[in-house]
Amino acid sequence: MTTLDHADAARTGARPGPPGAVAAAPKGRKGTGRRLSVRSRWELALLLTPALVLFVLFVLVSIAAAVYYSFFDWNGFGPPTKLVGFANYTKALADPMFQGAVRHNLQFAALSVVVQLPLTLGLALLLNGRLRGRAVLRLIAFTPYVLSEAITAVAWLVMLQPGGAVDQGLRGVGLDGLVHEWLADQHLVLYTLFVVATWKYIGFGVILLLAGLQGVPAELREAAALDGATQWQTTRKVVLPLLGPTIRIWIFLSVIGSLQLFELVWIMTLGGPAGSSATMATYVIDRGFRRYQFGYGSAVAVLLFAVCFVFALLYQRFALRRDTAGALSGRVD
Amino acid sequence: MALTAPRRASAPGRHLGTPLSTAARYLAALAVVGVTAVPLLFVVLGGFRTNAQINAHPTGWPHPWVFSNYTRILGSSSFWRFLFNSTIIAVTATALTVVLGAMAAYALSRYVFRGREGLYTLFAVGLLFPLGVASLPVYLLLRQLHLLETWYGVALPQAAFGLPVTIVVLRPFMAAIPGEIEDAAAVDGCTRLGFFWRILLPLARPALVTVAVLAFLGSWNGYQLPLLVFNDQSHFTLPLGVATFQSQYSQDTASILAFTALSMLPALAFFVFAERRIVGGMTGAVKG
Repeated sequence: MTTLDHADAARTGARPGPPGAVAAAPKGRKGTGRRLSVRSRWELALLLTPALVLFVLFVLVSIAAAVYYSFFDWNGFGPPTKLVGFANYTKALADPMFQGAVRHNLQFAALSVVVQLPLTLGLALLLNGRLRGRAVLRLIAFTPYVLSEAITAVAWLVMLQPGGAVDQGLRGVGLDGLVHEWLADQHLVLYTLFVVATWKYIGFGVILLLAGLQGVPAELREAAALDGATQWQTTRKVVLPLLGPTIRIWIFLSVIGSLQLFELVWIMTLGGPAGSSATMATYVIDRGFRRYQFGYGSAVAVLLFAVCFVFALLYQRFALRRDTAGALSGRVD
Repeated sequence: MALTAPRRASAPGRHLGTPLSTAARYLAALAVVGVTAVPLLFVVLGGFRTNAQINAHPTGWPHPWVFSNYTRILGSSSFWRFLFNSTIIAVTATALTVVLGAMAAYALSRYVFRGREGLYTLFAVGLLFPLGVASLPVYLLLRQLHLLETWYGVALPQAAFGLPVTIVVLRPFMAAIPGEIEDAAAVDGCTRLGFFWRILLPLARPALVTVAVLAFLGSWNGYQLPLLVFNDQSHFTLPLGVATFQSQYSQDTASILAFTALSMLPALAFFVFAERRIVGGMTGAVKG
């Protein structure tokens, strides 16, 4: 999405930058000043108003409302009246449950990059290579991605029951020692959820990377092969560098997804046992809807927004920018 | 934005590799199939077994095959109601996202006006605020608007949160269509709205289908918003129904598996039908 943003910005003469940073109107446009006819104004209003109304109402107003409510001690009923300033924020930051939730989100994000990325890359390279039945294989590998989180969660919940299919499968291949309380063990539950999430989302990454691989010219690989490069060298020195932008976008989406993780966790563990799999998003819903702490829950939601936003800005600044720099100078890094 | 047709990426015959690496690749492929397909098969086959069979041998084959789990669910009204609710919500949300998104993308790509880039940025920033984490305020807003327990109470916010990605994908696509076509249409007496309707939309069809597929999947699979909006079980969508069924009948594993398997079917059918589009859409989104 971000490269697309850049490409478009380049096309229309705007300064390339992240979605959040393109704030200024493009310099080149100013002063071209063709005045819009009355008719064009009407057309613009007709085209833009419906989308704007919907977007402003639900997206922008929601965000503003969350910020507003976060300053109140409020149970969600009647108008919020008990203004408490930043008390909800300080309370959240000091709450071990919230700290744990943040830690779990970060662990998940780190695991995604360290474990899922190599798996996804390997799978994408495999499915991009010459292989009999490749189309069917791709279809199978993508399937979990289209199933809803709810279906995935329920299916795995059944399989992970004590003595369930997973345990029996392990015993069947002689790995009795690996049998565990997959979802009830406080030290294990996050990793169990991570495996399920990997099963569910790896197809998305593979689609993304396969798309990126289509952009690697066959001529480059051929040239490398003619120069005597082995397939491994070609992959490492030619293919992976060209995949750089796609990989960086995958990392971005993956980390944002890890920070916002909710549904799998909520259905499979409700964040338990004893908060050991709680995430920021499950914490928001738990406080807001199960304990009617709407002010406090809103504060946590705002903190979650803030974490995502800061990550997005930093990532744009330090990682994605290299893609545009490389594109502009013709350098591939 | 180019929707590249799939093509062979490696030169023919050049990278066949040694027999050993070929064997390794097929072994890896087999592992992938196993890891992905076995859980799915377990769910589908489990629906054909009794609870006694499942408890005795969780991974066994149906013996004898039992059809009552599936027939009972197919005969219950709730499964069909969930399916109907999901369909009406997903269709509404998709239609709204695509129609409003296309109109806005047209304005933002082919009209020159002050504040255009700012407006585009506003929509693009929406990418950072997904529906999932905005749940509390969206819920409160829906309550104020008296939209709780209604299907458009789910469809409207889904459409609103689907607009950013739709506009971000459609705008460059529409911008790339040559101005000469628009000029020619104008010479032939076509108004700008007429150009949008009769020429631009048909030309943008591949991109429109892509954003429609993404919007539909997003809405169809949504769980958190329906969870908050619906209390009354007769309003539930399929994901909500599956999760609720699991918690209500947690001892009846065979029925849960049958219910889950049946709920997978629409998504799988849709996927087989739309696979090209999903993959093509990603290609477009990545390549710009």
